[in-house]
Amino acid sequence: MATVQWYSRVRNYEAELQVCRLESVPVEFGDYHPLKPITVTESKSRRGGRKGSTSSSSSSSSSAAPDPLSSMLDGTDPLSLFAAASASEAPALSHAAGSGELGRKRKEKEEEGAVGLDFEPWSAKRGEILARFTTTEKLSINLFMGSDKGKAPSPGSAVSEKVRTRLEELDDLEEGSQREMLNLSQQDYVNRIEELNQSLKEAWASDQKVKALKIVIQCSKLLSDTAVIQFYPSKFVLITDILDTLGRLVYERIWSMCSDSRLLPDSFSVDDVNDTAKETCLNWFFKIASIRELIPRLYVEAAILKCNRFLSKTGIQETLPRLTAMIRGIGDPLVGVYARAYLCRVGMEVAPQLKDSLNKNFFDLLGSFRQIHGDSVQNQLVLQRVEVPVYLTLYSPAINWTLQCVSYRAPEALLTEMMERCKQIGNNALLLNSVMWAFRAEFVATRATDFISMIKDCDEAGFPKHLLFGSLGRSLACADPPESERLPILNEAWRVITKVRSPQDYISCAEIWVEFTCRHFTKREVNTVLSDIIKHMTPDRAFEDAYPQLQSVIRKVLTYFHDFSMLFSMERFLPFLDMFQKDSVRVEVCRSIMEVFIKYARPFILNALLHVCKTMHDSVNALTLDDEKRSLALLINGFIRMVSFGRDFEQQLSFCVEARATFCNLEPVMVQLIHTVNQLAMETRRVMRGSHSRKTAAFVRACAAYSFITIPSLSSIFSRLNLYLLSGQVALANQCLSQADAFLKAAVSILAEVPRSISVEGKLRSSEGFLLDFVNNFLSTLLVVPDHPEQGVLYLVRGLLNMVQDYTWEESSDAKVRVYVSALPLLSAMSQETYLYSIAKVDSNETLYGGDPKFLAEINKLCETLIGQVLDHLKTLGTNEGVRRQGSLAFSLFGCLLAHGDLRNNRLNQLSVNLWNLSHKHGYCDTRTSVRTLEYIKHQGQQPNMSHFSDMVQRLSLQSRA
Amino acid sequence: MSANLDIRLKRANKVYHEGEVLAGVVVIISKEAVQHQGISLTMEGIVNLQLSSKSVGVFEAFYNSVKPIQLITSNIEVVKPGKVPGGKTEIPFEFPLNVKGNKVLYETYHGVFVNIQYTLRCDMKRSLLAKDLSKSCEFMVHCQPQKGKLIPSPVDFTITPETLQNVKERGSLPKFMIRGRLNATSCVITQPLTGELVVESSEVPIKSIELQLVRVETCGCAEGYARDATEIQNIQIAEGDVCHSLPIPIYMVFPRLFTCPTLETTNFKVEFEVNVVIVLHDDHLITENFPLKLCRV
Repeated sequence: MATVQWYSRVRNYEAELQVCRLESVPVEFGDYHPLKPITVTESKSRRGGRKGSTSSSSSSSSSAAPDPLSSMLDGTDPLSLFAAASASEAPALSHAAGSGELGRKRKEKEEEGAVGLDFEPWSAKRGEILARFTTTEKLSINLFMGSDKGKAPSPGSAVSEKVRTRLEELDDLEEGSQREMLNLSQQDYVNRIEELNQSLKEAWASDQKVKALKIVIQCSKLLSDTAVIQFYPSKFVLITDILDTLGRLVYERIWSMCSDSRLLPDSFSVDDVNDTAKETCLNWFFKIASIRELIPRLYVEAAILKCNRFLSKTGIQETLPRLTAMIRGIGDPLVGVYARAYLCRVGMEVAPQLKDSLNKNFFDLLGSFRQIHGDSVQNQLVLQRVEVPVYLTLYSPAINWTLQCVSYRAPEALLTEMMERCKQIGNNALLLNSVMWAFRAEFVATRATDFISMIKDCDEAGFPKHLLFGSLGRSLACADPPESERLPILNEAWRVITKVRSPQDYISCAEIWVEFTCRHFTKREVNTVLSDIIKHMTPDRAFEDAYPQLQSVIRKVLTYFHDFSMLFSMERFLPFLDMFQKDSVRVEVCRSIMEVFIKYARPFILNALLHVCKTMHDSVNALTLDDEKRSLALLINGFIRMVSFGRDFEQQLSFCVEARATFCNLEPVMVQLIHTVNQLAMETRRVMRGSHSRKTAAFVRACAAYSFITIPSLSSIFSRLNLYLLSGQVALANQCLSQADAFLKAAVSILAEVPRSISVEGKLRSSEGFLLDFVNNFLSTLLVVPDHPEQGVLYLVRGLLNMVQDYTWEESSDAKVRVYVSALPLLSAMSQETYLYSIAKVDSNETLYGGDPKFLAEINKLCETLIGQVLDHLKTLGTNEGVRRQGSLAFSLFGCLLAHGDLRNNRLNQLSVNLWNLSHKHGYCDTRTSVRTLEYIKHQGQQPNMSHFSDMVQRLSLQSRA
Repeated sequence: MSANLDIRLKRANKVYHEGEVLAGVVVIISKEAVQHQGISLTMEGIVNLQLSSKSVGVFEAFYNSVKPIQLITSNIEVVKPGKVPGGKTEIPFEFPLNVKGNKVLYETYHGVFVNIQYTLRCDMKRSLLAKDLSKSCEFMVHCQPQKGKLIPSPVDFTITPETLQNVKERGSLPKFMIRGRLNATSCVITQPLTGELVVESSEVPIKSIELQLVRVETCGCAEGYARDATEIQNIQIAEGDVCHSLPIPIYMVFPRLFTCPTLETTNFKVEFEVNVVIVLHDDHLITENFPLKLCRV
C-alpha cells in the first residue's frame, strides 16, 4: 500500500464541547430535586414524642437542610430507638396507675437479679490467676478411687519410682484403685487435671454417674491440700473447672429428664418438674450429703447448687447460707477463702439477687481473718519456706473476687459499713488491698486520703505496700478524687513508691500511678515522675526486664499529652525513650508515638520526631519484611505529610532535604518526599497567583532540582517514570522550561530500561500495560511542551517515538503499533490553530510556530510515517492467528482517522473505508460497537460541513458474522 | 428367644404407706411371642435378723429367735398360662398394703444385723425347655406419721478434759474447751440434725471434727439379747485448726434406707446415736455421745 498523505481535521474544541453538553433545564420552584435544600414542613413530634428531651427541637420546622447523618440518628435509627425505648420504659411504667406499681416492682426485681455487663466475669480472672501463680516445685496428685481405707505404699519401697508410676497408670481409674502421682511439674499437673476433666466427661457419657461423682470428689479433695502453697490459686482454678463441668452435666441431665414431652422453659417452676426428675435430683443431694470429708462435700454441693431449682422454690435461698456457714469448718484460712470465692461465684451465677449470703460470706471472712496470722499458718510457711508477703498475695484473687461480688451494685451504706469493719481488724493490709481493688473506683477515689493514711499504718512485714499503692492507683486512674486532695495524694503515694527497692516492684507500681499523674497534672509533675522512673530503672540496666511496663508508661503519657511541643519540651521524655534499647521494643514505642502524632497533629518539635522516625527507619535492614517496611514507611509518610512550616517554604524544602538524607532506605518515603516538594512548588505558584517573582522562580527551580536529583535514586522504574513526568508537569506549570525539558528527556531516556515484566504484589506480570498507560499520559503532556529552540521540530515527540521503535517489545504484541496509533491524535491536536489546553504563561507550539506551514508539514510527514508503520504491521498480521488482532487494530486506526483525520480527503477517506472492511473481514469485531460507530457517523453527518460523513456511511457495510 | 421381664412402680420414689395401694405394671418385652405357664406376682415384707459373729458363740440358744419375721405376704396370678404376644406388653397390677391382725408394717431399714425389706417379685413360669423368668424389685415403706407434736429440746454440751470418761491418763490430756448445742435429739427423720459447735480454746491444734452416726441394733428375746453399735456414716464438719470461738455449724442429713424411726419390738430394737468426734493434732480422739430418737411426722 502506498503512503497516505495525512490531513488533520480542523477542530473547533469549544463548539464540539457545546454540542456534547446536555441541554440545561432550569428547575422550577417546588419541583422535586434530590440536591435541592429540603424544607421540612411536617412536625416530627409523632416519632419524637417517646424520647422526651430530643423531641423538643425537632418539632419546629426548619428550612435548613438537616444533616443527613444527624437526622438519621434522630429517632429513625433503629438502634438508638431501642436504646431510647428501654431507657424510658421504667419511668413510663411508673406513670401508669395501679398495675404500674406492680410492673415497676417486677422490673426492679429483674434488674436486681440479672448480672449486668459491668460485672467482670470469672472467666476474665481465670487466665490471669493461672499465669500469675506458678511454681517450679514438684507437685503430687493423690487419688483414691473407691474406698480410702488402703494406705498409699510407703515412698521408701524397693520398687523404683518410675516403675511404680507406670504400674499405677495401668491401674488407671478403675473402681477401688488408687493412684498417687508424685514429682509432677506444674505443666504435668495441669495436664493431669485436664485428663481428669476428660475422664469425667467420658464417664458421664458412658452413663457411669457414680464414677463421675467419684472423680469429682477426689479432685475437690485436692483442694484441701496446701502443699506447694504458691500454686494453690492456680490449682483452685483448675479444679473448679472440673466442678463446673459436673454442675453443668448434672443440671442438664435432670433438665432433660423433665422435658420428655416439651422443652422446659428457662424460667420453670418446681411444679413443672416431674417425679422422676425430682427423685434423681434428690438422689444426687443425698449422695453428696453423705460425702465424708468436709471440703469435697462443700464444693460438690456448691457445684450443683443450681439443681435446687428442681426441688423447691426456696432451695437455693436456704442452701447458700448453710454452705456459707459450713465454710467456717475449714481450718486453713487460704482454703477457706477460696471456698468462699467459689461459693460467691456460684451464687452470683445462679442467684445474683441473694445478696445476703454474699455479705454473710464476707463478714464470716472477717470473723476468721485472724486465722491468717495464726500459729498453724506460720508453721506451715516456715516449713514450705514461703515468705509472709508472698503468702498474703495468694489471698488476693479470692478476696478480690468475693468483694467484687459483694460490692456489685451494693448501696453506698453497705460499702461504708464493710470498710469500717475492715478498718477495725488488725493487719488489714490484705483486706484493704482487696477493698481498693474490688469496690467501685468512685468510692475509693472519694476516700483516697483515708486510704493513704490506712496504708501508711499497715505493718511493714505484711502485705507488700507497693501492691497496696498499685491498687489505689488503679482506682484513681478510673475515678477522680476531690480536686484539692490530688496533689497531696500524689506526693504521699510517690513518697512511698520511690522507696520501693526492687525495680520490678517499683515499675509495676509506678506504671499505674503515671496515669493518675498524667490525668490531673501538668508536664512538670509528669516530668518529675519520668525522671524518677529513669533514676530507678537505669542502675544495672533494670529497664531490660521491664519493657512492657515502660511501654505502658509511654502509652499513658501519650494518651494524655497530645500536644507534642509540650511533650518534647519535657526534659526527661527523650532520655526516657533512650531506655528502650532493644531494637524491636524501640521501634514499637516509636510507632506508638507516631500513631498518636498522626492522630493529633499540632505544631511540634520537629527534631524530636525526626529522631523518632529515624529510629524506625534505622531498624530497616536486609532482613526486614516487606510488610514491616511498608507499615514503617506509612507512618513516616504520615509524619512527613503533617510537617508544615506555613508560609516558610524554604524551611520546608530544607526539611525535605534533611528527610531525604535520613530516610534514604525507604523508597515510599522518597516518593512521598518528591510529591511533597512538587506540592510545595505548586503551592508557591498558587500563592504567587501564577506569576513568580525572581525569588520564587529561583525557589521553584530549586524544588525541581531536588526532584531531579532524588528521582534517580529510586529503584522502581515506573515510580521514576511517573515522577519524572509529574515533576516535568510541575516544572512546566511553574514556567521552568529547561527543567521541564530535562525531566521529560530523562523520562524518555530511561524508557529503554523498562523491563519486559515487573513484579506486582509478588507476582511477575508483563509491564506492557503499564508502559502503554505511561506513554499515553506522556503524549498528552507533550501537547503543551514547547519545542527546544536548539533542537529540531517536535524533538521530544520524535525522541519518544524513536525510543518506542527501538524498545524490545514482546514478540507478537501490538503495543508498539498502538503507541503509534495513539500518537496520531496528539499530532492532529498539535496541528490545530488553538490547542485543546495550554498552561498559563507558557507558550506552547501553537504560539511559537503560529500555524507555520512548515511545522504543519513536519507533523503531517510524521503522521504519514506512523500510518505507514501501522499499515505495514497490519499486513504482517494477515496469517491465521493474527486476524483477530488485525481486525481490532484496524478498527482502532479507523476510529482514530474518523476522529482526527480530515476525511474530506479522498485518499484518507478511502483508507478508512478499507480499514473498516479489513476490520470486518473476519467477523471478529464487536457488532455492537460497529453499529454504534455507524450511528455516530450518521449523526455527525448531519452537522454542517460534515456531509462527507453521510456519503461514507453508504460505503460502510455491516458484515454479519459468517 | 429372649424375653425381658420388668416391674415398674407407679411412684418414682417407690415409697408407700400402710393402707395404700401398691400399683404398677409388669412389662414384658420380647421380639416374638412368649409361651408361658402363668405369670404371678409376690409381695413380701420381711425382717431379717442376724447375729454378729461375736454373739454367735455366746448365745447359741438364740438360733430360734433369729429366724425371719414375716410382716406381709401376698400372691396373685397376673396372667393365666398362655401366650404373650411379641413386642412390649404392659400388664397393670395393684396390691393393697393391708396387714392381717395386729401386725404393723415397719419402715424399710437396711442395717447390719436388722434388715427390714419389702420386695415385689414377678415370676413367669415356662415349659420345661425354657428357663423360668423372674424379676424382683424393692419398694420402700414409710410408717405412718407418729401422733403427738414433737417439741424440740435443744441439748447444750461442753467438752473439757474433766468431762471425759474412760480416760487412762488424765494428766497427759491437753487442755481444751469445746462448747456446743444440738437443736434437738428427737429428730424428724426427713430433717437434718442441726446445731453448732464452738471451739473456745484448745492447747493442741484440732485436726478434724466429725459427726458419727451410729446405729444400735438389738436382737433377742426372753433368753437374752445381743446389742451391737455400728457406724452408718461419718460426716466431717471441720477440717484443720478451725478458728476459735467462731460457731461451726453441725449439720447432718439422715441417709435414706439406712435410718428409720427408732423402733422397738419384742424381738429386736433399732436405735440411733450420734457421736461428736474431735480429733486433735496429736491424734487424741475425743468423743461425746448423744442418743437420738428418730421419728416421722
